Amino acid sequence: MPDKYETHDCDVLVIGAGGAGLRAAIESSAMGAKTALVCKSLLGKAHTVMAEGGIAAALANVDEEDDWRVHFHDTMAGGKMLNNWRMAELHAKEAPERVLELERWGAVFDRTRDGRILQRAFGGHRHKRLSHVGDRTGLEMIRTLQDKGVHQGIDVYMECTITRLLMDGGRVVGAFGYWRESGRFVVFRSKATVLATGGFGKAYPVTSNSWEYTGDGHGLAYRAGAELIDMEFVQFHPTGMVWPPGVKGLLVTEAVRGEGGILRNSKGERFMFKYLPEANRKDFAADEAEATRWVESVLADSKPDGRRPPELSTRDNVARAIYTEVKEGRGSPHGGAFLDISYQPADRVKKKLPSMYHQFLELADVDITKVPMEVGPTCHYAMGGVRVDADTCVTTVPGLFAAGEVAGGMHGSNRLGGNSLSDLIVFGCRAGRGAAESAKTASRPTGSLDRQIDEAAAEVNAPFGRTTGEHPYALHSELQEIMGSCVGIFRTESDLKEGIRRLEALGPKVRNVRVEGSRMYNPGWHLALDLGNLMVISEAIARSALARPESRGAHSRLDHPNYDPHFATVNNCVKQNDTGGMTVRETPLPKMSDELRKVYDEVEAMSLPAKA
Amino acid sequence: MAETREFQVFRGDRSGGKMETYPVEVTPGMVVLDAMHRIQATAAPDMAVRWNCKAAKCGSCSAEVNGKPKLMCKTRLDALPADRPVEVRPLRTFPLIRDLVTDVSWNYEVNKKIPPFTPKPGAVWRWKQEDVDRVQEFRKCIECFLCQTVCHVLRDHQKQPVFNGPRFFVRLASLEMHPMDGLDRLEQIKEKSGLGYCNITKCCTEVCPEDIRITDNAIIPLKERVVDRFYDPIRVLFRKIFGSASLTKPE
Repeated sequence: MPDKYETHDCDVLVIGAGGAGLRAAIESSAMGAKTALVCKSLLGKAHTVMAEGGIAAALANVDEEDDWRVHFHDTMAGGKMLNNWRMAELHAKEAPERVLELERWGAVFDRTRDGRILQRAFGGHRHKRLSHVGDRTGLEMIRTLQDKGVHQGIDVYMECTITRLLMDGGRVVGAFGYWRESGRFVVFRSKATVLATGGFGKAYPVTSNSWEYTGDGHGLAYRAGAELIDMEFVQFHPTGMVWPPGVKGLLVTEAVRGEGGILRNSKGERFMFKYLPEANRKDFAADEAEATRWVESVLADSKPDGRRPPELSTRDNVARAIYTEVKEGRGSPHGGAFLDISYQPADRVKKKLPSMYHQFLELADVDITKVPMEVGPTCHYAMGGVRVDADTCVTTVPGLFAAGEVAGGMHGSNRLGGNSLSDLIVFGCRAGRGAAESAKTASRPTGSLDRQIDEAAAEVNAPFGRTTGEHPYALHSELQEIMGSCVGIFRTESDLKEGIRRLEALGPKVRNVRVEGSRMYNPGWHLALDLGNLMVISEAIARSALARPESRGAHSRLDHPNYDPHFATVNNCVKQNDTGGMTVRETPLPKMSDELRKVYDEVEAMSLPAKA
Repeated sequence: MAETREFQVFRGDRSGGKMETYPVEVTPGMVVLDAMHRIQATAAPDMAVRWNCKAAKCGSCSAEVNGKPKLMCKTRLDALPADRPVEVRPLRTFPLIRDLVTDVSWNYEVNKKIPPFTPKPGAVWRWKQEDVDRVQEFRKCIECFLCQTVCHVLRDHQKQPVFNGPRFFVRLASLEMHPMDGLDRLEQIKEKSGLGYCNITKCCTEVCPEDIRITDNAIIPLKERVVDRFYDPIRVLFRKIFGSASLTKPE
């Protein structure tokens, strides 16, 4: 007999309550749509709280030369021109307004001396562009949006996991899920649905991501027939903690380098100078003396003197540099590089980087005001995701929208630090608007959804009925091991093929996963269900990586170390085929408008002056 | 080198439960949450534990470790006495769901009743860093609810219906002291928040993982503002003569 379930009707269903989901729900609700917001955790605990360094927006409060054009240029250059240019344009143009809006909703950013929002430097950004609150910017964003949202009449469903999108004639008309607390089932009937589920770092053994990051939205969209693009581009943040074992991978904010943090190897060499790509070496300090002058100007809160230090290269580049230093035997005692901010006044470090100070002191017995930190690469961010229309965030499936990390295209092959929080509010807002508009004309499904609901219920119940099969924790470890060793920071054709072969062998075991206990708040069961999504994205990453025999941005092929001009014009696109298998094909990159191309070229030609 | 320590963890739900013992192999720098994960992966896959970031940024993994409210992700095993088992229980002040997970939804209900940030009309959005240092201290709150669980007004006297608790005094203070907030909040603070029940024992400050000086910087200043407004005899007289609108929130 099928289980009973409760049903909730809404105009717009938002899945995920991080920055993008909350912003989408606020916009949709402000437009008069009855809005339901569903999240796996308690409200306000989403992964956005872990964002530290800041929100990139060309407010030009600190560096007057900044404007949206330069931000657009930097974003495209960071993504190695593979970005959806229209998304990068909208993002650069709208981020300032979205940041100021947060302030009007109660966010309290750090200030410049003349009382405006302070901005700091970050990798790949030509100007000081990141509005921030010490190193807890994500918390400020989520709390501001949360308090705005709950007073606006959004219906929030906490600790609720969605396992399937419900379809009616090719359109998404709702979702099926379960309450984590009771294990009871719940159905949402919606006219439009927004995915804002974040990324999938939990596919990797060393990650800065929390347990929630299991690629749920990617999996839901894929199974509903949507296209995923750029899945080969997985960002490894260069600086995660490497010791003690329990916190391996925990993020060390890029703000440490933005505030002047220096990277050295075990021989004391400042190695980043030798890893700067020729193409943009001109944007960086030529030597330690110039880098020191730049840091001194930051410390003095004055106009930049000299060009930025090499540590502020893009994340893909710094991560590869640290990985290479360690691999070649110049690593720190626990297998990382040294990141040093201790040469600065202790009070300043504690004020600018309070969470980092506490994190190292309490978890690693390291006082960062006295000695260097040890850091190494950690899986951090998914550039790839669901293909969306830039203006409305609608996916290739009617009724389904996506925003934030789950959406693909905005960041191309590599995301710049600070561009994630701005992405969340710019496209969260647009997705909320797009969904609310679409809901106005959508009608309720004509047919019955009962069969889909029964199937979905049977699927989530199945792991309890099995007498054979492995535990979800063991299978999860195996998956992470495969991804870490075969589809990691550096890739080769043979490793990728091996990874795909092992994933194919793991598939049947995951489909036969066994769970003990009851449905009441059962983390083993929750993980067992999340594994299905992790399998989809892992296969998508490995197959997309194999289909791009070149190195670009975060995708580094040891067997194809250079750019290939052909791959500058295509995205790899993943879709479920008619037999349930995965197809990867190339789709042409949208061609940038002439006007924007001109903007890009003009900014590119403006080299930053090297002061004597 | 592998050292083993014994953990006693509460297992059960509203119908009852008991402490279960689990031996756990420990590694250097290990925290209590690591141990809970190891128990899940080996001995008890269905053990309910709420957690998210494992970085002391989200405030999800609150529990009572050796009788003290703590974030499990921040509690190092080498800081706990080695000669006895580590005891882990759910937060006592909130209704139990299962094992280490409690129902904290009451806190969300309280938050809903606090009027949101309301900018002053014609506000000019410029302020000095010094003007917001205090507000930023309050906004560090990660809503772990350790202050709520330790506060005796909630824990022992169950004043939930009339007392917001330290977390929301911090929230009220962050709004009351926000340089751009234009709402007069003192009436609500005096009448609705239950601030008067707090007798400043500072237990909340002691457990705050974000080192927010809840009592000194939030609760006492709020109490002072309420006293200034409603109990200062000169002000009371002033108000009687000129009406209550003559004394609004201090600029």
